[in-house]
Amino acid sequence: MTAIGVEIAVDAPEPIVPGAPSPQPLWLDFWRGIADDNPVMIQMLGLCPTMAISNQVSNGLGMGAATLFVLVCSSLLISSLRKVIPNEVRLATYILIIATFVTISDLVMQAYFPLLSRTLGAFVPLIVVNCIILGRAEAFAGKVGVRRAVADAFGQGFGFMVALLIMCIVREVIGSGTFLGFQLFGPHYEPWVFMIMPPGGFLTMGLMFLTMGWWGERKKAKLAEVAK
Amino acid sequence: MSGHEHSHGAPAAPTPDAGSSTARLLFTLAFFGSLGGGILAYTYQQTLTPIRKFAGEKVEAAVKEVLGGPATIDTLFLVGDKLSQELPAGADVLEATKLFIGFNEAGERIGVAVEEWTPGFAAEVRLMVGFNPTTGALTGFKVLAQTETPGLGDKIAKDTSFASRFMGKIVNPLKGTKNPTTDPSTVQTLTGATISSKAVIKVINKAVETWKPRLEAYEKGGGK
Repeated sequence: MTAIGVEIAVDAPEPIVPGAPSPQPLWLDFWRGIADDNPVMIQMLGLCPTMAISNQVSNGLGMGAATLFVLVCSSLLISSLRKVIPNEVRLATYILIIATFVTISDLVMQAYFPLLSRTLGAFVPLIVVNCIILGRAEAFAGKVGVRRAVADAFGQGFGFMVALLIMCIVREVIGSGTFLGFQLFGPHYEPWVFMIMPPGGFLTMGLMFLTMGWWGERKKAKLAEVAK
Repeated sequence: MSGHEHSHGAPAAPTPDAGSSTARLLFTLAFFGSLGGGILAYTYQQTLTPIRKFAGEKVEAAVKEVLGGPATIDTLFLVGDKLSQELPAGADVLEATKLFIGFNEAGERIGVAVEEWTPGFAAEVRLMVGFNPTTGALTGFKVLAQTETPGLGDKIAKDTSFASRFMGKIVNPLKGTKNPTTDPSTVQTLTGATISSKAVIKVINKAVETWKPRLEAYEKGGGK
């Protein structure tokens, strides 16, 4: 027992390569993040900011842009330094890199988009702990070349933004009767305030997942039919 | 960025199986830590001016709004529990607690503005409160920060008709009621947002009760 245990412990630091994603064309690396492997709708990551800030379209754009910036910059750096970063401290190093970019985007937002920064509040600094970013660093950027890592980061970043915007548009249009702050329905529309409050967020998110699930099932059924 | 890298598919193992030396691990973390720190120090310096400028402008705009557009504004700083024209050495102008005095073109004092807060329905409700210290009449208020319920409590900041209910009311102290009123010291609260409305009333009362004596003490002490 002990001998085996020791042996496992010695073997523990595995080379990263075995887990590396299979080679694919660059456009597929990009497209996967938006559709088949969407961070929110398929991977169910980053749900916390998606729930919290999706009651205004401007929030979705700001949060999406900040996350995209952090994701692309950190993936670029992590991928280009993947042979230099020792395996044992890779997660700590990733977090340092991610935290640096998050703080940059937070400061720049405070300086040049102060109103947006105020409405997003703590959720910009919290990008540091967003699983989408650390997940991509660990599962993808740390194991592939720079071009693939960047294509993937753009795909995942835009995929996050798309999911955010779907939530934001539904919630703002119904809950406030506005789009990006512009009145849509005239003065007699009584906004369904429920939608911009947390329960409305859960409802919208549930309906979004339901639609995605139904769509996925349909796609699977069609493929099975073709296979027959 | 090199082309051959991609055609490899999976890159070579970055670390030997035996693991890295402690020195290398320490060096890596120290390197990325200090690199990140350096970049952030630079970004912080570059963004400090616009961030502070915005914070200052926000306060100034709020003061002007609640005093109805004064011609000039004087600023007094709270040092201990006394007002002073001088900011203590080393203190930050933005962080200091301040009282703003607004004057019209003729140089007459039209009112003072102060920032006060109280817990609301959700979290703090922070207001800039403008009042005339001689008559006790409210010249206006502006919500600086609030996280009240969207659609109900947040009307304290978004519903202009709510703010107009306070105009010219005498803080003696201010009271809230659920019905329309013409009483000079009573304000009608918002339907469905009584707690948020009362928080506003409470902040206003607190502002006048705390700052009026301070201002009087300052004027007695020879301040202009």
